[in-house]
Amino acid sequence: MTTPLAGYLLVAALLFAIGLGGALVRRNAILVLIGIELMLNAANLNLIAFWRFGPHPEALTGMMFAIFSIAVAAAEAAVGLGLVIAIYRHTNTAELDKIDRMKG
Amino acid sequence: MIATPWATNPFFVNLDQIFVLLRNWLVGFLPAALRPAAGVLLGVIAIVCVFPGLFALTTVFERKGLGRIQNRIGPNRVGPYGLLQPVADGIKSLTKEDIVPLRANAAVHFLAPLVLVVTVFMGFAVLPVGRNMVLVDMDAGLLFFFAMGAATELCVFMAGWSSRNKYSLLGAMRAVAQMISYEVVLLLSSVAVVMITGSLSLPKIVAAQNTYTGVFPHWYIFTPWGLAGFLMYAIAATAETNRSPFDLPEGESELVAGYHTEYSGFKFALFFLGEYLAMFSISGLGTTLFLGGWSAPFSFLTWVPSWIWFFGKVMMSIFVFIWMRGTLPRLRQDQLMNFAWKFVLPFTLLNLLVTALWRFMGEGWARWVVCSVILIAAYVVMGRLEMRSEHFGRRRYRYAE
Amino acid sequence: MRTLSPIFYLLAALTLAGGLATVLLKQLVHCALAVTVAFAGLALLFLQLDAQFAGFAQILVYIGAVAILIVFAILLTRGSDLPKDGVFSRSWPLGLVIAAGVFAVLGWAVLASVGAVPQQNTVPAVTVHDIGDALVGRYVLPLEIVALLLTAATIGAVIVAMHEKERPR
Repeated sequence: MTTPLAGYLLVAALLFAIGLGGALVRRNAILVLIGIELMLNAANLNLIAFWRFGPHPEALTGMMFAIFSIAVAAAEAAVGLGLVIAIYRHTNTAELDKIDRMKG
Repeated sequence: MIATPWATNPFFVNLDQIFVLLRNWLVGFLPAALRPAAGVLLGVIAIVCVFPGLFALTTVFERKGLGRIQNRIGPNRVGPYGLLQPVADGIKSLTKEDIVPLRANAAVHFLAPLVLVVTVFMGFAVLPVGRNMVLVDMDAGLLFFFAMGAATELCVFMAGWSSRNKYSLLGAMRAVAQMISYEVVLLLSSVAVVMITGSLSLPKIVAAQNTYTGVFPHWYIFTPWGLAGFLMYAIAATAETNRSPFDLPEGESELVAGYHTEYSGFKFALFFLGEYLAMFSISGLGTTLFLGGWSAPFSFLTWVPSWIWFFGKVMMSIFVFIWMRGTLPRLRQDQLMNFAWKFVLPFTLLNLLVTALWRFMGEGWARWVVCSVILIAAYVVMGRLEMRSEHFGRRRYRYAE
Repeated sequence: MRTLSPIFYLLAALTLAGGLATVLLKQLVHCALAVTVAFAGLALLFLQLDAQFAGFAQILVYIGAVAILIVFAILLTRGSDLPKDGVFSRSWPLGLVIAAGVFAVLGWAVLASVGAVPQQNTVPAVTVHDIGDALVGRYVLPLEIVALLLTAATIGAVIVAMHEKERPR
């Protein structure tokens, strides 16, 4: 950890890897969505760290990007969870191993 | 502004700032490096002592007040006129056995009341209790307050789910659904105030209302959009703190005790404390946003210390809460949610538009007339539409699946 | 701030512990609570980076809305019934290897480019007023598009999750 920026970026990279691992390894559809949320959060941390330590923080680019990312991630979580609930109603399961056919 | 010469009299100025002066004197004993931290620590100690003390007083007033509304005397055994009842209640809840259900999730069950009380206490950090008397003057103070309120909802769910009890879970789900719906209304009615003031910082919002024309103050409640916003805020505040008439999640006759069924002794006391503290902090925010915070109601009364006005207004709001609890019947869950999404939220959105109109119409009597007419017409029209969708006839049943 | 303060290490540990707990715990509701801890840790990290608005927005949106959505979805899909053959899918080693590989690449990229990024350490003096100005000034088009997106997402989520009408048999 030579510079503060590198420290934050490494934390973000590790969180991203954890989120990716969770999305790939778990069975339940909701946990995959949680993993995706963790990945988006890690990207937000990256954005804010670069805003803070990069040149021209008064241009607010990083902060704006992060705020829009938070808003879009919330919308995506809502739609994704709605889909999971709809699939559960149809197939009575939320496990991805069992929802691998296109035939409804 | 008709101010009295007493307002600048040094005795009254010192009385107004007495707590600030006390803190500065106490902090002066420490080396300069420790002074800011010590100042904040003293402020935290003050908050932790004052508001639970008010909570104790409010429990007595609530029980006596409800008793009188219901044509009976409240508690009158412990101490003169029952005023030492909170002491008895405190001793009772601290000495009761702490029962945790066998199948309950012990860690979450323990953490839920703790995190609830901590997040509710954090909300007090941004309230301007008097002139120069705010613990932390944050640039985004209002946003911080609402962030703490949002964190409270998850604690309610944690409490209900960890008890592994269907009544608790049902109560928790209802409470969370209700709190989410009315949180939107709370936020939108505050946005109107932010639009006019131009800042999210609560001391600045109070300073903007601290001006007088003649004798009358410029509180936001005395404007059409402010009155509408305050009424929506009051309804949302009652729902957020699960008070009557929105207290179905903890309705004793339906759900045992809702999400705090399985809690006994000190943890139940913590939930109780959390609920009343949430009531205080939301009333505090309401007075800051709409009722002028610590500013005096008439310009010739500015000599009275500012913190007296703030606490007076908060206690008046608490009195109105108690009055509503004693008078209004409880709303059913679907009536509650319908009310939120179909009436209160559209009205609050309209209030935002009216606020913008107020701002851009400029000074004069025209904007008063236009804004009042729009709000009253909308209220009447929406009320009639709601009434028409109620089918007053034979009861229709709809079963859960 | 030439070196990282101990508070950063604490918050980073909290966030990463929350993230790890999310993907490793068996009970779904525990995972939801762990991810809330991770969100809180991230919000505190934002506050440490002097991004006040982003930090409070993170608490308000993620802990106040997304976490509650996740919890509701878990309860509506009977997440408390654990599957018989475990909670990890059969190809979990491959997932682990891929995640480790991604972290290795990202970590190498960060450490190799440490000297190349110019860094300034003064605290940016940004007020909420500046953010508001930026939102309706330079970023007004993204703002409007995000508003449209949120409306579409809300309506879409409601339609997707609504009960289907009973068809006459």
